[in-house]
Amino acid sequence: MELLPEFMLFALLGGLGLAIISAPLGVFMVWQRQSYFGATLAHSALLGISIGLFLQVDLTLSVIFISMLVAASVFALSQYKQLSSDTLLGILAHSSLAFGLILISLQDNIQVDLMGYLFGDILNINTTDLWLILLTSVLILLFYLKHWQSMLNITLNPELAQVEGTPIKRVQLQFVLLLAFMIALSMKIVGVLLVTSLLIIPAAAARKLSQSPEQMLLFSILIGCISIVGGLMSSYYIDLPTGPAIVMMATILFLLLQLKPQANSFK
Amino acid sequence: MQSPQLNYLLKAENLTHSFGNTAVLQNISLQIRPKEIVTLIGPNGAGKSTLLKILLGLIKPNQGTISKEPNLKIGFMPQKIQIDPTLPMTVLRFLELGLRNKSSVFDFFKGGYDSTMIEKTTDELDISHLLHKPIQKVSGGEMQRILLARALIREPDLLVLDEPVQGVDLQGQTEIYNYINQVRHEHGCGILMVSHDLHVVMKHTDEVLCLNQHLCCSGHPTSVSQSSEFQALFGDLSDSIAFYEHHHNEDACEHTHGHEHSHTCAEQHSEQPIKQKTEQYKENN
Repeated sequence: MELLPEFMLFALLGGLGLAIISAPLGVFMVWQRQSYFGATLAHSALLGISIGLFLQVDLTLSVIFISMLVAASVFALSQYKQLSSDTLLGILAHSSLAFGLILISLQDNIQVDLMGYLFGDILNINTTDLWLILLTSVLILLFYLKHWQSMLNITLNPELAQVEGTPIKRVQLQFVLLLAFMIALSMKIVGVLLVTSLLIIPAAAARKLSQSPEQMLLFSILIGCISIVGGLMSSYYIDLPTGPAIVMMATILFLLLQLKPQANSFK
Repeated sequence: MQSPQLNYLLKAENLTHSFGNTAVLQNISLQIRPKEIVTLIGPNGAGKSTLLKILLGLIKPNQGTISKEPNLKIGFMPQKIQIDPTLPMTVLRFLELGLRNKSSVFDFFKGGYDSTMIEKTTDELDISHLLHKPIQKVSGGEMQRILLARALIREPDLLVLDEPVQGVDLQGQTEIYNYINQVRHEHGCGILMVSHDLHVVMKHTDEVLCLNQHLCCSGHPTSVSQSSEFQALFGDLSDSIAFYEHHHNEDACEHTHGHEHSHTCAEQHSEQPIKQKTEQYKENN
């Protein structure tokens, strides 16, 4: 077996890193029913690209900045509860997508590989991306070492958690910002359209195997890693588009696990 | 027993709150002392839940102040809790998460927490057989006991219960109220609860606060149940032990708030008394 070329090693490293950091965020998205929130952030990332192009600044940074800005505003708006968060997210997701596309179309002299952002370009991962992924994983690790229990309690019942002394607003805001950061990063790998699936599908698949939140986290990491390796390999050897191949692998795993009887049985 | 204690666990003064233009609470003052059971009753929409949330610090009132004893430990039992089926969690883990001394993941992996409180409380509430069951699979009545257990294992100074017997069968209701009564003597904690069920509650309560946006009346159950304002809201308890469901007819209730309090409340109680309930009640007295 011949050694993989360098770009494949980079893709593999980046992908595995991403699978590992998306699991701890993904499980809470599943538990808190926030998958639509992830989609909104992903869509707004496109606005980040067009603004980055417009202002001629580094695209990764502008995407991260805009995503975090949108995340923070959704968080602030959700405190008012005048509109259902579902409606709010629907408006934000598609309006930011529309503004992003318009802003790009206004700049005719700039050539941008829009398809790369929609569907990802994992084979183009560079060292900066790898460092950013490493930085994110450190941030996420620190966050959960401190707030794993708090996040579980907030998921169970925010009011109860607050009465019991959890600083719920601070913890939730940190979570949301980390999520925005992670989504901005992973856009390059699976693309705007498939970012959420990398967060949601491994976590959902892990449910069948788990009897505790921690188990679900570990299985989710495992399933994410298998999907990355499987997706990359099928892309390398049978020339499938990489981002979709990764999501397809995760989906196949999810479907296979649905055949398994529920782990959580009555006692 | 009712020695005049100056110390209080929680004291609220002149709370006023409104959502938008709708006034929900007007000028409410109350205090809770150790070992005291204060029960909040009132018709639907009277602002009971809002008042509770304000007292718990979940909502900031428009006006008024709340002072708490320093380092007051509050055990809270929410009215309902919905846990997504995708979250794998046993009843035991749910209870462990309520323990105060486990805040970070390190504490969890150390595992060295004091489980005696969980064992004792679940034993007394008769839910120890549920500990390894997924929390989404327990019944409504079992869930109420689990929530009560979670509030109690924190060994609170103040126990706040939002309709603690919702969904519990009649026998279970009496058991839970008796247990709550026992808890306040054993732990010496103060208890604030919201309830619909006047009869079982009245037995142990030290002070009843009858709420209908403002405090209609308050005091010891016996005196409150004889006050005219209470009777206007809830009917005459002494000869209507049989009624159980309390229906408040919103349209028939007119309130004029201001310097003068005038009430014209017509009450509709369910016509058919629940026999079983009556017997239960008599037995317990």
